[in-house]
Amino acid sequence: MEQEKNTSNKINLSCPLPITNYDKILLAHGGGGSLMHDLIEKLFLRQFENPILNTLHDGAILEIDGLKIAFTTDSFVVDPIFFPGGNIGSLAVFGTINDLSVCGAKPLYISVSFIIEEGLPIEELWEIVQSMKNSAELANVKIVTGDTKVVERGKGDKIFINTTGIGIVRPNLNISPKNCKPNDIIIINGRIAEHGIAIISKRQGFEFETEILSDSAPLNGLVEAILETSDKVKMMRDPTRGGLASVLNEIAISSGFDIMIEECAIPISEEVKGACEILGFDPLYVANEGKLIVIVAPEDAEKVLQAMKNHPYGKDSAIIGKVMPETNQTVTLKTIIGTTRIIDMLSGEQLPRIC
Amino acid sequence: MKFLDEYRNYKYIFALTKKIDQMVTSPLSIMEICGGQTHTILKYDLESLLPDKVSLIHGPGCPVCVTPVELIDKAIELALNPEVILTSFGDMLRVPGSEGDLLLAKANGGNVKIVYSPLEAVNLAKENPEKKIVFFAIGFETTVPAIARSVILAKNNGIKNYYLLCANMLVPPAIEALLANNQSKIRGILAAGHVCTVMGLEEYEQIAEKYQVPIVATGFEPLDIITGISMVVEMISKNINTVQNEYSRAIRKEGNQNAKKLIFEVFQRVDREWRGIGTIPKSGLHLNDKYSDYDAEKIFEFRSLPKGKKEGLCIAGEILQGFRKPNECVAFGNECKPEHPLGAPMVSSEGACAAYFRYKFKQARSFT
Repeated sequence: MEQEKNTSNKINLSCPLPITNYDKILLAHGGGGSLMHDLIEKLFLRQFENPILNTLHDGAILEIDGLKIAFTTDSFVVDPIFFPGGNIGSLAVFGTINDLSVCGAKPLYISVSFIIEEGLPIEELWEIVQSMKNSAELANVKIVTGDTKVVERGKGDKIFINTTGIGIVRPNLNISPKNCKPNDIIIINGRIAEHGIAIISKRQGFEFETEILSDSAPLNGLVEAILETSDKVKMMRDPTRGGLASVLNEIAISSGFDIMIEECAIPISEEVKGACEILGFDPLYVANEGKLIVIVAPEDAEKVLQAMKNHPYGKDSAIIGKVMPETNQTVTLKTIIGTTRIIDMLSGEQLPRIC
Repeated sequence: MKFLDEYRNYKYIFALTKKIDQMVTSPLSIMEICGGQTHTILKYDLESLLPDKVSLIHGPGCPVCVTPVELIDKAIELALNPEVILTSFGDMLRVPGSEGDLLLAKANGGNVKIVYSPLEAVNLAKENPEKKIVFFAIGFETTVPAIARSVILAKNNGIKNYYLLCANMLVPPAIEALLANNQSKIRGILAAGHVCTVMGLEEYEQIAEKYQVPIVATGFEPLDIITGISMVVEMISKNINTVQNEYSRAIRKEGNQNAKKLIFEVFQRVDREWRGIGTIPKSGLHLNDKYSDYDAEKIFEFRSLPKGKKEGLCIAGEILQGFRKPNECVAFGNECKPEHPLGAPMVSSEGACAAYFRYKFKQARSFT
């Protein structure tokens, strides 16, 4: 008994509950901003830490018998489950494909787990499954294992999907934020903020003159085209939740350098820009699901840009900025009127402004 | 984009800043009233384009920043009442009350819904007859017409489960309170364009006359603000103390008569506490007797709340009155950050502290 008590004391002492600012999980802890980073750093990373996880990439790179494998997982809880330009199924397949792709891997196999709420119409599930099949075929990956759970009505929100994927990393490829150097060029493959605005418009029932479609798309083909064009690609990331601003901040931190982007160089459609003005959102923080940020040595920037423009998912590619020599790990934006401002990480969710 | 890009044109902006530079001979402070203007000033770093002699004071026009703690505490209590769905504009959710905020109340099981318009809250009341729907009515003259409309709509449709927790505020009494303060060094004012779109310019003419200060009703784009500043500077240099209209594409001198009629059909002027500033006479709007059945404060019982705790290190009051800048606060970026604000100006993107934090002064990004 005495011994038991001591043991439990010991466990408590070695694993104190980390001090966070909240004693409950808030929605903002899942928002991709600094609250989520706080959670990852303080709760998850401290318990799970190992050299592979510590890199905090979109996927883990594993070396098994000399073969480099990329491994990633992602859960999808989007509401509404059907939205202009896709649905939760296509999103789940493309999301994992993209996380593998930006690791420099060729995605091969994915698993699919469904958590379904009692009462979901079979027809809707069928539509989701059909689109997952088509998405996997489009990206040339196979769905090879899966799981199904059903929860009581009210215990879930229609359907949640987890996908996990593996792919083979191209030989002799070294892409990492650590490779970034001053003057490296930052390229994006098209117009930002379309997924987030498509979702919120559908959720709120907003109607704009032109329907805004999610940019949800598989990026493996585009990544392949880029890596075939240049061996001077330093790193790639897909700016999903938290938007372009959050990913650039992560790159600035992990590369150790400042980043400068130009407002007028960032591709954005008039419709999305207008919707953001109305809703009080900053498009730099709005989610994308088919966007890719590429950082490349300046001498190869032009040819990578051309290769991207020649690909169906990169027609609107543009150079948006560069890595700077300063080492404050800060992202700055040159505004449309020529002044500069800091682009920081979002602290929680973007909340609509009132006026 | 049409009607926006023209107002973000750097050629016009530079031409005007040059003109301002030529006109200013001695140091002067201009207050922009509205948080939306503060946001634009910081977002485009407009201060860097102005001569050193011109300094901008960021005024109290961020509605979530000045909503009194007592009403936030009441909103939190309502949110935790199982009979109630509390609805609110989004950026109210993170504003700290005396214990926690509405996001925390939500995590604790409270029923809190973000709406874009109070009319959504009325629909919610219609769809959920077994629940009581309370709309946390915050904002200045800009949000009030739609809130008044929602109450009339509820009344006309016999919806009896819709209530307001009234925290609406009026801008001109606050401007007067600031100007009446002896310490005030405000030499000119940029009035909030959207508020004037609703209310017109008459109230401001009286203030300009009484306090001998030039006022320019100004829009929210960079060119609007630089134009507004240029107009104020010119009026100061010529000793003209009247009201001018920079935002003429939206503001009519008499305002929006229909909106004003709606407001005073439903609301009456009352004294209201402004967080960090104090009680300002006749600066709030509360449901009048005719609509008192919709008043959440009359319908629900509230536990006796602790007197709003002192905000410790926070100097929000001095910031909202223009005596100090956000970065002059010892807590700024240390104990006080957007993810754990000590005071309301760090919450909303329109709050001066949050705008400073976001766009100007990045602190060490430590997660510990």
